[in-house]
Amino acid sequence: MGQDAIHDLTAAYALNALDAHEEAEYEAHLGRCAGCRGELASFQTTAASLAYAVDAPAPSPALRDRILAQAKVERSNLIEFPRRRWLVPVASGAAAAAAVVAVSLGLWAASLSSSLDDEREARYGQERVLALMADPAAEAFPVNGAQGTLVVASGREGALILQNLKAAPEGKIYEAWVSRDGKEMLRAATFVARGGATVVPLSRPVPAGGLVAVTVEDEPVDEPTGKPIFTADTA
Amino acid sequence: MTVLAFPVPAHRVVKMRIRKEHAHLSDEALVALVARSDEAALAELYDRYGRIAFGLALRVLRDRTLAEDAVQDALLTVWRSATRFVPERASARTWILTLVHRRAVDLVRREQHRRTEPYEAIELSAAPDSTDETALLSLERARVQEALKKLSDQQREAIELAYYGGFTQSELAERLGEPLGTIKSRMFNGLARLRDMLQEAVPEEEEWDRTRSTT
Ligand SMILES: [Zn+2]
Repeated sequence: MGQDAIHDLTAAYALNALDAHEEAEYEAHLGRCAGCRGELASFQTTAASLAYAVDAPAPSPALRDRILAQAKVERSNLIEFPRRRWLVPVASGAAAAAAVVAVSLGLWAASLSSSLDDEREARYGQERVLALMADPAAEAFPVNGAQGTLVVASGREGALILQNLKAAPEGKIYEAWVSRDGKEMLRAATFVARGGATVVPLSRPVPAGGLVAVTVEDEPVDEPTGKPIFTADTA
Repeated sequence: MTVLAFPVPAHRVVKMRIRKEHAHLSDEALVALVARSDEAALAELYDRYGRIAFGLALRVLRDRTLAEDAVQDALLTVWRSATRFVPERASARTWILTLVHRRAVDLVRREQHRRTEPYEAIELSAAPDSTDETALLSLERARVQEALKKLSDQQREAIELAYYGGFTQSELAERLGEPLGTIKSRMFNGLARLRDMLQEAVPEEEEWDRTRSTT
């Protein structure tokens, strides 16, 4: 899809009228187009106003109680991450990566605009990476072909932390893949380069002994179309 | 939009529940408290937006149970991810309603069959109870409905089917028998016009009073 066409998706994105494929493509574009980020913010405000045009009955009073009860349950199950903990080296291998995460997370969170509204992003987001870094059993593996580290927690959740990653060629995106054997590749992230450090939470577990690879693609795809530009091997 | 955060209409204060220690706070301040796991702040956000969120979810889903699920999921997402809220990016109101809408759309796309029924045909187990509404809410409703009426029929159709119907742009193109590019520009131009209309000056204080006295 041409660049002009993709700017035009801003309204459809704000209305949640894109399919999953178009949405991933637009979100990748959003990461590098300040114009669209600005326009999207105003369109989302407008779209939210549409909620007010609806004439509807009130929800049952029990809904409020249910939500608050569930929030309470989740709070008590919450694993607390002491604010400073991830500034302290948590595991010798992951220490360097942790330091990078500490300085880059603020930036990273601020650069997620639409993704802020995105449950999937929320799920695999900042807290995920923080949790990962707070895991004393987290392991760090070097990335071959780029400056960076793959961090894998004991639950096999992973994140790539890439330093000084060059922007993908115009109109292209990065995709990260997780593989058990180097043959079957499962898509684990679509991302763009950020200034400084690029933190990429992976949406799939990294199998023990498996690897993570990154390819450059025209758009989100179900399997890589070319050779990886860099990899991190946990074997 | 701060207009909905303040002022809290007088009659609403009267019927507020007992624990209202946060009623004076802005939406964004409430989200900051939610980020620190303050349950009363979550309750206050629900009291401000639960009704409108439910109305939206019900419009999309046509089913009270599913609509309540969508609101619950969205509010719990607020609870879990409030630490990541960036107020410079969007108002708390926009954030919450966007979460509710996204959840409702996700659910309706799984329940394909519901969407083709006209909204009016859905039997709701309770009639709209306007006496229960705040003046602020009915004022905002009138404003948005007015703005929608000013769109061209085609723009309004595209926006309503997308936003309330949960159709993707490609589904709309197929359903309406129009090229995808046409649907895109109807949505884009329509939403841009709505934005311009809704950004106009918010009602003055005397208008609040006038509306309040009629309820
Ligand atoms: Zn753009």
